[in-house]
Amino acid sequence: MRAADLTTAFVLIAGGVLVIWDSLRIGIGWGTDGPKSGFFPFWLGVIMVGACLVIAAKAFRSADRAPFIRPGAIEPVLKVLLPATAFVLATPWLGLYVATTLYTAAYMRWIGRHSWLSVIVVSVTVSAVTFYVFEIWFLVPMPKGPLETYFGY
Amino acid sequence: MGIENLLLGFQVALQPHNLFLAVIGVGLGTIIGVLPGLGGANGVAILLPLTFSMQPTSAIILLTSLYWGALFGGAITSILFNIPGEPWSVATTFDGYPMARNGQGGQALTAAFTSSFVGALFSVVLITLFAPLLAEVALKFGPPEFFAIQLLTFSSFVGLGGGNPMKSLVSILIGFIMAAVGLDIVTGALRLTFGFTDLMKGFDFIVAVIGLFGIGEILLTMEEGLSFKGASAKMSPRVVLETWRTLPRYWRTFVRSCFIGFWMGFKPGGATPASFMSYSFAKRFARNPERFGQGDIEGVVAPETAAHAAGGASLLPMITLGIPGSPTAAVMLGGLIIWGLQPGPMLFKEKPEFVWGLIASRYTGNVIGVAMVLAFVPLFAAILRVPFAILTPLIVSVCAVGAYSVNGRMIDIWYMLIFGVIGYAFKKLDYPLAPLVLALVLGDLAENALRQSLIMSQGSLLIFLERPISGAITAVALFFFALPAITPWLRRLRGAPVAAVKPRET
Repeated sequence: MRAADLTTAFVLIAGGVLVIWDSLRIGIGWGTDGPKSGFFPFWLGVIMVGACLVIAAKAFRSADRAPFIRPGAIEPVLKVLLPATAFVLATPWLGLYVATTLYTAAYMRWIGRHSWLSVIVVSVTVSAVTFYVFEIWFLVPMPKGPLETYFGY
Repeated sequence: MGIENLLLGFQVALQPHNLFLAVIGVGLGTIIGVLPGLGGANGVAILLPLTFSMQPTSAIILLTSLYWGALFGGAITSILFNIPGEPWSVATTFDGYPMARNGQGGQALTAAFTSSFVGALFSVVLITLFAPLLAEVALKFGPPEFFAIQLLTFSSFVGLGGGNPMKSLVSILIGFIMAAVGLDIVTGALRLTFGFTDLMKGFDFIVAVIGLFGIGEILLTMEEGLSFKGASAKMSPRVVLETWRTLPRYWRTFVRSCFIGFWMGFKPGGATPASFMSYSFAKRFARNPERFGQGDIEGVVAPETAAHAAGGASLLPMITLGIPGSPTAAVMLGGLIIWGLQPGPMLFKEKPEFVWGLIASRYTGNVIGVAMVLAFVPLFAAILRVPFAILTPLIVSVCAVGAYSVNGRMIDIWYMLIFGVIGYAFKKLDYPLAPLVLALVLGDLAENALRQSLIMSQGSLLIFLERPISGAITAVALFFFALPAITPWLRRLRGAPVAAVKPRET
């Protein structure tokens, strides 16, 4: 945990410095009609850098050598994160509904080891229900791909 | 003046259309509360974009009913599966799950739902009485007073939050900084965009909530390797009636928990500490405290009553001052702004049908909620028996749909995923998420209040201390900020170590 704590603190300090730098660019003083745009973020950045330095100092002195994540737990977390990332990557190309169908099907088949029949039934039903609720019922358009274009949506 | 306004509210809440929405809301909310990774806050966030075209009153009725449903859903998973769906139902698992394992699941659920009902009803009655008075006072507030209240809200996270105070402070600052990204509407300057046009519109709090709470929670759940091995509950009208017959015996616990809940609840983040506090009080005053943790029904009554009294009380600062007391309330407040309503005391004057419709819907939503969960518990519990290989992609894609529908931008789905990873890391490292979300929602309001105050005072920060009301509030806020630094010193002075219960935070 110590390494993770220190890393996070330093990332946040870097972020804070970036905020301070950008605020100085647009001005942190008194404009013609009140404080300039950079005033509020500047002080937020200053306090954040200060607080993160305290956190980093504490973490530096701590003896918590436990790893951020148990070695055995990395796999289940990645098994969620990687397919989810693939799903988001596929969405702009295939449209949300097709991506959802493939994502659900792939996840059920390779991680859940369900039978092909239930895989197809569930993944198609999920997308069909989502499509009906959002496109037809609530009229909220989702990203669409070649399949929807083919059917005229 | 209270009664006829409340009647006006009931006229709104009892319209068939709104009653129907309340039923839908409670049903959806209960499902959301039962599902791991989908709590009240992101359930409301996902549905919020769908309400943009609705009447504000109907929209808020749908969302508050959803919130009630999520609370009930949390009780179901805590008792039957030992999985607290929400942080304030952690204390419910202490006795609820043992009861379910002893074959008393039906009794535990009935007690939990009834207690929730009592707690929520108590707080809504107090709100009916006090909200108009508080709004009347708040009408006299100027920008310095509003900024002082914001300061008080965030100081209580740092001073009373119970976690690492420095990390709470950093979470708040991250929220405010994220709120500042994009176009500054006052001066027209672009802030913190570094030339990226995608950053011009800033970060949407809905996307942040869906990512931080939704995706982050699934990652955490997977890491802990949850297995949904649930106890089953036999619910029959006979069990319900028999349990109801025993409950009046615990009237002392009910009353005590109601007050603890309400008192803790109108301060931000109050529901979780309220439930723990109420549980430990009940244990201390019980005739046979050794039975607590073994499946004592009083151990279910106490935290559930307090959590729901607190959940109801968080409405008070939200509608009177425009300060949400919980992440869910923060999302609803964001909704108010999107629907074109200005949160704060003026709502009582300008939109009485909205405010009183909201208050009245708390009464109706509660009654509908209790009736629905009592009737359909087995159905809701069956959701958790759906294999996780179906649930996980389902939850992720629902979250993606929610994030996309806010602005119709693909980049928001990416933000959601990134926020998910951040939420996961922050939770493991003990950075609280609730203050971050609150700061993100309140950022612009707080900054405007600060700016206007400084314009009034020609740039002097002393304005916050010189005006009597804002002076008093600021003083308390400064005390809370200083509290973590003073406490070790105070403790040494008393010579007694104080053990703090640190609940897991969502």
